[in-house]
Amino acid sequence: MTDYSTLEVPGPTITDLTAPFWEAVSEGRLIIQRCGSCGEAVFYPRALCPHCWADALKWEDASGHGRLKSFSEIWKPGHPGWLPVAPYCVGLVDLAEGPTMLSHIIPADRPVKIGAELVFAPTHAGGRVLPFFKISDQARSST
Amino acid sequence: MRHLSPRAVLTGIGELKPQRRTQGVTTMELLMRVSAEAMTDAAIAPDEVDGLLVAPQVGETPQHVPATVAEYFGMQPTMSNMVDLGGASGPGMIWRAAAAIAAGQCETVLCVIGNHRNDPAPRSPNRNPAREFDTPFGASGANTSYALLMQAHMDAYGCTAEDYASIAAGSRANAQLNEMAIFYGKPASVEDILASPMVASPLHLLEIVMPVAGADAVVVTTAERAKSAPHPPVYLLGAGEKITHRAVSQAPSLTSGPLKPSMERALSQAGMAVTDMDFLSFYDCYTIMVAATIEDAGLAKPGQFGAWLRDNGGMGPDARQPINTHGGQIGFGQPDLAGGMTHVVEAVRQIRGNAPNRQIKGCRTSLVTGNGATMSEAVALVLGGDA
Repeated sequence: MTDYSTLEVPGPTITDLTAPFWEAVSEGRLIIQRCGSCGEAVFYPRALCPHCWADALKWEDASGHGRLKSFSEIWKPGHPGWLPVAPYCVGLVDLAEGPTMLSHIIPADRPVKIGAELVFAPTHAGGRVLPFFKISDQARSST
Repeated sequence: MRHLSPRAVLTGIGELKPQRRTQGVTTMELLMRVSAEAMTDAAIAPDEVDGLLVAPQVGETPQHVPATVAEYFGMQPTMSNMVDLGGASGPGMIWRAAAAIAAGQCETVLCVIGNHRNDPAPRSPNRNPAREFDTPFGASGANTSYALLMQAHMDAYGCTAEDYASIAAGSRANAQLNEMAIFYGKPASVEDILASPMVASPLHLLEIVMPVAGADAVVVTTAERAKSAPHPPVYLLGAGEKITHRAVSQAPSLTSGPLKPSMERALSQAGMAVTDMDFLSFYDCYTIMVAATIEDAGLAKPGQFGAWLRDNGGMGPDARQPINTHGGQIGFGQPDLAGGMTHVVEAVRQIRGNAPNRQIKGCRTSLVTGNGATMSEAVALVLGGDA
């Protein structure tokens, strides 16, 4: 297993609005906003719903399931703090709720493929818990 | 000419030779030098310039950029603004200049953009969603974002690594015709490109632009005023712009971008088809950007850019529709936000008929594109000369 906990990497620039997200992550939970007016799920956290502009966003537990939309194996990180774990994988996670989030994808023992099933994998990294994802053990065979 | 009413004329151009590093130079110095070159080229005196468009300056002037530039230049424009569209800022300035002239707020606009590259390069603190929700996962920088776009495109259409690398090889080949290019004297084959280090899969080092110091400037004025200019007129015949998102995670599509509607609008305003274009001046921060632009322009079906390039006879001045004859940013270098303006400047040279060593025979029309952030901000221009 890669040890991310000793990495010296930039953490999130948390704001009052996004604090609940990061607090939940630190407890090992993934939460997401949903609009009480139009029903759309929203990520990243916003002040108002970007779909209908209603002031009705509420936090809810996310399923923690997603699908890999694209990925890249990073050999030359943009920040030197990531060098100790390079090459590593980042990917676009198509969350089951609808929105896409970018995250770190924990390597599996098989090649990463677009369409792979992912599950939420909160991980100690650089002095905090980050909402990483990993390839699901119950992966359906890709088409 | 088939166009209905030329909106403005690009009458002067200036371009500094890219430099890998600078020491102790200010961006303001580069901007003033390149502006002087563009005004000399247009035979316009500085006191005849009454419009000024500038771009954000990385790490130098955080606020009041137009006023700071005007003061340094000794100008008092009646219209000024900062255009903040990343790599699309240069092309974005051109139609804004025409619009300001059409609105009667000024007659002659200087569009200028550039950046120094002193050591150490400044790192600006910022606080926005990309900083909070991309960087902590190890995804900082454009390389990751474009790698994600490229992987998605490759996966969707089955394009080969050689297809994408052929764009970088074509750019390098064109750079051998341009003494100003950072890779002049340094050709690279498809094999060289694929043998270069992997930076962020599937993106190799030589498929990425080289950041350089430099600057570009364009003078835009009325058709009436341009009659006394020393060079043949280059008209703005059409323009289109579209902004869709910022972070790659929020992109509506990973394989097609806002350049598609921008190019459609620009061509429609000009009353022309993409196949009418004698020169394609396509924004190229990465090879995938040219691939997506060829397909979004309707030149090739999705995934078929590689076959189209082969049929096109490559990208050089003798190709059926030459692409990025100055070397593109991949061969010329990317002078920060001025990178997008290098595509405008080369189109002006080609339409004027004075592109040294690489003139396209009978070049009358060009489709120019600008692309900012992660296929997020798009501007397309149709430029043309007298028939």
